[in-house]
Amino acid sequence: MRFVDSYLEGVRKIDEIIKYAKIEGEVAEIDARDLKHKELNDLMRECVLRGARKLILKNVCGQRYIGTRLFFNPGVNVEIIIYGTPGNDLGAFLSGHRIVVYGNAQDGVGNTMDSGEIIVHGRAGDVVAMAMRGGKIFIRDSVGYRTAIHMKEYKERIPLLVIGGTAQDFLGEYMAGGRVVLLGLNLKNGKHRSHYIGTGMHGGIIYLRGKVEDYQLGKEVGVVDMEQEDWKFLEKVVEEFCGHFGNEIKVDKDEILGGKFMKLIPVTKRPYGKIYAY
Amino acid sequence: MIKPRDDKDFQACGLFGVMDRSGERFNGKMVVEAMKNMHVRGNGLGGGFAVYGLYPEYKDYYCLHVMIQDWNEDAKREVDKFLDANFDIVHDEEIPTNEDANVVNPPLFWRYFVYPQKKGDDKRLSDDDYVIKKVMYINTKIKDAYVISSGKNMGVFKGVGFPEDIAEFFMVEKYKGYIWTAHSRFPTNTPGWWGGAHPFCILDWTVVHNGEISSYGTNKRYLEMFGYYCTLQTDTEVMAYAFDLLMRRQKLPIEIVAKILAPPMWDIIDHMDEKRKKLYTTLRMVYAPLLINGPWTVIVAHHGEMFGLTDRIRLRPITAGEKGDLLFLSSEESAIRAVCPNLDRVWTPHGGEPVIGRLNEKALKKVVE
Repeated sequence: MRFVDSYLEGVRKIDEIIKYAKIEGEVAEIDARDLKHKELNDLMRECVLRGARKLILKNVCGQRYIGTRLFFNPGVNVEIIIYGTPGNDLGAFLSGHRIVVYGNAQDGVGNTMDSGEIIVHGRAGDVVAMAMRGGKIFIRDSVGYRTAIHMKEYKERIPLLVIGGTAQDFLGEYMAGGRVVLLGLNLKNGKHRSHYIGTGMHGGIIYLRGKVEDYQLGKEVGVVDMEQEDWKFLEKVVEEFCGHFGNEIKVDKDEILGGKFMKLIPVTKRPYGKIYAY
Repeated sequence: MIKPRDDKDFQACGLFGVMDRSGERFNGKMVVEAMKNMHVRGNGLGGGFAVYGLYPEYKDYYCLHVMIQDWNEDAKREVDKFLDANFDIVHDEEIPTNEDANVVNPPLFWRYFVYPQKKGDDKRLSDDDYVIKKVMYINTKIKDAYVISSGKNMGVFKGVGFPEDIAEFFMVEKYKGYIWTAHSRFPTNTPGWWGGAHPFCILDWTVVHNGEISSYGTNKRYLEMFGYYCTLQTDTEVMAYAFDLLMRRQKLPIEIVAKILAPPMWDIIDHMDEKRKKLYTTLRMVYAPLLINGPWTVIVAHHGEMFGLTDRIRLRPITAGEKGDLLFLSSEESAIRAVCPNLDRVWTPHGGEPVIGRLNEKALKKVVE
């Protein structure tokens, strides 16, 4: 029986694929049409090693892990502009770089992302910001299931995820830290459909604009009043959101902030402490 | 019998389906290109295609695609004899294959266009039920023979290899259909063998599946009560039979069937209005053994309809896209974009909510003309 590693099979060396990149000073343009997952990431790395600090990726269609392999000395930060549909785990383990997608993203955007920024001018799939531990993600439209699952924070490292539309079920499941802001800008009747929001949540905050019923929330979250500092935080976040997508969405900052926001926090830091205690 | 590998890979299969809702037929090139885009979702241990509108010249006859393991001549002879005794065979031939394709040890594939020849007690059966009974006989009683598709004007091509290898082997780009579904396999719990590749088929119902069915035992025993026997060593088979039972025999629409296979959780039912609460509670009680548990996404097709459905908390992905009369269902959006960059609409349905494609007025008009 033939058993192949479909990721590594037929991957070409840098000197065979360098022709897909055009490097001019600090800008490199890569035509990704015929590049495999690893080839594209290898080529991106090569371009940065040759001095590029801005990578423009054209014709991306399903290539996974974009931006994952770019670990450099501190201070080498790269801007990655993507045209097309990047594949799963876009910006996984991302370390300080900025990714802008003109199109939709798939599953696993910012998986275990460390720092940097991902801005998606479109929608994203499931498990966005899974186990994210730093940096910022802005999604213009909606996201799929289990968004921000087990997002975490440590001291000043507080990850931020902002979603312009709505989320499907299990938003913030087992969330341990960080901030999630769900703006609900594309809701038809002002109601989110997501169920089991914050199930197992034990850290962090979810800000939710729009309506959800109590039974849509997990048993481990509570709704608390918005304080002055929450509004200050939201004002900054919404301003940033409008800075990215202001030309593409029809509402402005004041209109967004004029909506009704809910603040969700965990009711306990150890929701399962009694189950697993020994 | 093939022994399962004892190591276990956790990975994901790749699914793709495309339907031209106007009934226009197109060749397999598009679906092969889409599957190539999702190459890494499989590992070369299974690929396959289902095609609808495949044999217009024989559209009134059941077409049996029969796989003969190890080219077993006794099995082939026994199948010939059995079919001759139970059907009028209007035409039969070896399914043409490409010897240069990148596949290892392919079995023999033969297709028979047949008309039921019922005798005795079997006369009480409908044609469809008669065909199922005979298919089950071949699958369970004739060693090394498996019927891999058994509908009218459709067929399944599948085997061990990447989908593009299987496409090359069966030369699917030469065939035309108005629905194509495809599968790339990454077997996890059961062996990778030619019969275990997807799609799974009974009559004209086909299923391609990503995930695993943890309720397999319960589902299998329930289906046995209705005369369906699982012989292909993989969990997806129960799905094909469940759809045949619920939709063809019991005539339930997919909107209801979705709520049987992937019912809402009880705590969600608790918050429904009285009418819906009663419906969903009844469905859960009557059809409890057909709740399909575990992570799964399927693309199902039969004549006139293609739909995608996931488990109720969508533990496996699906993305839908539309462009004019074309409806796409895929494990990944990029595979759709690879063959149709400018979509009118793209979305991911909620868990347990089917995305349904049906033939439209344009298609019906064609039939009238």
